[in-house]
Amino acid sequence: MILDGKAPTGKIQDSWDDHRFASLKLVNPANKRKYKVLVVGTGLAGASAAATLAELGYQVEAFCYQDSPRRAHSIAAQGGINAAKAYPNDGDSIYRLFYDTIKGGDFRAREADVWRLAQVSNNIIDQCVAQGVPFARDYAGYLDNRSFGGAQVSRTFYARGQTGQQLLLGAYSALSRQIGLGTVKMFPRTEMLDLVVVDGEAKAITVRDLVTGEVRTHVGDAVVLATGGYVNVFYLSTNAMGCSVTAIWKAHKKGAYLANPCYTQIHPTCIPQAGDYQSKLTLMSESLRNDGRIWVPKKKEDCGKAPGDIPEADRDYYLERKYPSYGNLAPRDIASRAAKEQCDEGRGVGPGGRGVYLDFSASIERLGEGTIRERYGNLFEMYERITDENAYKRPMRIYPAPHYSMGGLWVDYNLQSNIPGLFVLGEANFSVHGANRLGASALMQGLADGYFVIPYTIANYLAQTKPGKVTADDPECRKSIADVQAERKQLLGINGKKTVSEFMREVGVLMWNNVGMARSQQSLTDTLQKLPGIREEFWQNVKVSGSGDELNQQLENAGRTADFIEFAELLCRDALHREESCGGHFRVEHQYPDGEAMRDDANFTYSAAWQWKGTGQTPELHKEPLKFDNVHLAVRSYK
Amino acid sequence: MSATEHGTMNLKLIVWRQSGPDKPGRFETYDAKNITPHHSFLEMLDVVNEDLIKAGKDPIAFDHDCREGICGACSAVVNGVPHGGQERTTLCQLHMRKFKDGDAIYLEPWRARAFPILRDLIVDRTALDRLVQAAGFVSCHTGGVADGNAILIGKPEADYAMDAAECIGCGACVAACPNGAAMLFAGAKVAQLAELPQGQVEAPQRVAAMVKAMSDNDFGNCTNHYECEGACPKGVKVKFIARLNREFTKALFQETLGTISTNRGTSKE
Ligand SMILES: Cc1cc2nc3c(=O)[nH]c(=O)nc-3n(C[C@H](O)[C@H](O)[C@H](O)COP(=O)(O)OP(=O)(O)OC[C@H]3O[C@@H](n4cnc5c(N)ncnc54)[C@H](O)[C@@H]3O)c2cc1C
Ligand code: FES
Repeated sequence: MILDGKAPTGKIQDSWDDHRFASLKLVNPANKRKYKVLVVGTGLAGASAAATLAELGYQVEAFCYQDSPRRAHSIAAQGGINAAKAYPNDGDSIYRLFYDTIKGGDFRAREADVWRLAQVSNNIIDQCVAQGVPFARDYAGYLDNRSFGGAQVSRTFYARGQTGQQLLLGAYSALSRQIGLGTVKMFPRTEMLDLVVVDGEAKAITVRDLVTGEVRTHVGDAVVLATGGYVNVFYLSTNAMGCSVTAIWKAHKKGAYLANPCYTQIHPTCIPQAGDYQSKLTLMSESLRNDGRIWVPKKKEDCGKAPGDIPEADRDYYLERKYPSYGNLAPRDIASRAAKEQCDEGRGVGPGGRGVYLDFSASIERLGEGTIRERYGNLFEMYERITDENAYKRPMRIYPAPHYSMGGLWVDYNLQSNIPGLFVLGEANFSVHGANRLGASALMQGLADGYFVIPYTIANYLAQTKPGKVTADDPECRKSIADVQAERKQLLGINGKKTVSEFMREVGVLMWNNVGMARSQQSLTDTLQKLPGIREEFWQNVKVSGSGDELNQQLENAGRTADFIEFAELLCRDALHREESCGGHFRVEHQYPDGEAMRDDANFTYSAAWQWKGTGQTPELHKEPLKFDNVHLAVRSYK
Repeated sequence: MSATEHGTMNLKLIVWRQSGPDKPGRFETYDAKNITPHHSFLEMLDVVNEDLIKAGKDPIAFDHDCREGICGACSAVVNGVPHGGQERTTLCQLHMRKFKDGDAIYLEPWRARAFPILRDLIVDRTALDRLVQAAGFVSCHTGGVADGNAILIGKPEADYAMDAAECIGCGACVAACPNGAAMLFAGAKVAQLAELPQGQVEAPQRVAAMVKAMSDNDFGNCTNHYECEGACPKGVKVKFIARLNREFTKALFQETLGTISTNRGTSKE
């Protein structure tokens, strides 16, 4: 089937305004309170959506698995948030942000969505300032900016090294205000385990109370998923331990298409893995690349030496060498692959030769240690706590790690999935980043979706439905509860020999080695052959103790792991079908002689949206063709 | 710090186990074997839990998520000190190189009246959320706000607000306080917003509502022990408690003068 993203046509500059005013229906203020919206996830996308919808007058119920909405993984974003304010007078504009995002995404995103994002980016900054977000300021009191990868202008707003934290606390405060007013009912420590679809429309979710174990449905008039990304499919990643694919996977199994799962982002600047026991990888913000220079020894035999003993002439600043105009600020996918290349050649440093240096000595000499401390102090501290090394004195060691998922549930221009009434926001959808996301753009997207897009587009759906159509005693709700309970019971009853984390590690290592930074037909077919075996073994041999009627973290992890194992197959299938390299998806068969990614625009200028057909069955592919009227499809060059 | 670079350690853990909110609790002893100096504290607990699971026993339940010191989920008292006592370090960022072979480590949940225990090391901290719900915000709607540069904010004020906003809401300050007070938490929020022009408009009502919410939610009174500052993994300073007190006095004074009413009721109206 050919999918229609329903993007407005006409002049792109006017597309969002025209759409908002001419095409979208409104719900009259007195009627809003009759509608209930279920918002799953209270990170940047979900918290901003829940707060705004409640302010408008809808009844909102919001859910998160943590003990408080303030802990969503948005909190971990360090570097900053983009906006086209053009305060520094360096040639930025909405068009340039739009263009950079399309190009950064390797021409695999819908133009109109990206334009809208660039357009509302400026409102986000204003909104956050009004909430009391303490953005960095210069001495005259104006908002300060820094630059980020993939852009030649300074458009990134930041709050020390904790921008995500501060933006989330802003959204959380707006949400808390509504909770206090009674317009949002908040359900923390509550995990969504199923979507309920009645007569083809999303009307309820089934959740498990993580404290009591109670399984129940919540019924509403529309469902908003803002449940974050899925790169924990690689086990080790920069995501939080609880981040999972579960919410979108359960929705997928109820009919929602999952688009471009193979677009995963590997972040170039993370602390390298130190041992097998490791449970996660820690990001060192990409903003460090503003002042740090990346290098490896030119000679293999130097790799074991202390970095200070390697003379300048024997260092290879490979990003500056290969990409003179962007240098250390080359986009993430490019910087990550380049690091892998150096290490594959045997010039990596640190444990296992899987690391490159990020060196601040030149900046410290130029700007003084105080300035560097002011800019990145908390990151240097974090680095030292983890590695026991002082990065003011000795270059950091970094290596790429799974970080972000560009793929997600397919949505149209209104952020509605193919199931009417199911809307998807933030990292959980596939929308604006194409095959690669630029730094500081995810925070922007989450807040754009939540504050400035969904309030308009959901009204269009609600205006056309009767409130309260479905009730909790609907057979579909009852069936959903029974299904979720049966799955818990099954997990608890297997009583096998392998722990949940043993399974997750096994899948993660397999995926990272074969489907991580580089993929080939061979590695993908191999993985697709192994995954069903792991899935079957899981359901026969996993060990989950305790009961379902209590706080049981093993049971929670078991469910998430089961979903990741199934989802991994889809990710591989998508990667196998996409016979091109683009952005975060690198197929070794498709590269230029110099190792750059080779797109195939003639055959692959589309988004791939997959439809679930059953466990072990081949999913069905639907294509949404991508049209580019405002940018020229070019080979993405950062040289 | 006597663990050698490559040496592994064996430790004894004495852990508070409690199967549910109203169940009795007790200490149990476990071995943590073959721990390297590079294990984080939580990764050490992972090792112990894998052993427990394999032995058919219930693993130790503990809150955690980001494991990079920012979400505020992890929370346990290690040898009597919340987060284990390394300066500016959450439990998830504490590394085993700070311990030595043969050490005995006591592990307990946050203990405070406002934080009921849910299971083992996990407590219910929603009382902190309720403080924010009472008034820890600027009452602005989405949309229709001024340009971000319309109101200039001096760098010192922005930095001061950011220092206060570093709080991760973990609750270590409450756990460390002999009275179970939430003054550092509330003070940081009050100070951040009172320092910024955007938050000044509602400053008196905010501080009044948050002070009331503290007593409504079973938090104790501050009697200037200042244990909270030492326990805070983000280095939030007690000067923000002084700021809260100043803001509160100011609000009362303004109310007495009749220039404001703190009883505007930011919530539940
Ligand atoms: C270490 C790190 C640094 C980053 N730095 C930057 C940066 O500098 N700039 C930038 O733009 N982007 C950055 N990103 C990316 C960005 O932070 C995220 O993409 C973005 O914050 C995601 O927001 P979200 O609201 O979509 O999801 P999240 O913040 O992940 O929120 C997901 C929410 O869904 C809930 N949830 C999930 N599953 C369920 C379920 N089954 N049931 C109930 N609730 C559920 C969770 O509880 C949570 O509330 C960074 C990411 C990481 C990991
Ligand atoms: S787990 Fe997030 S701060 Fe420790």
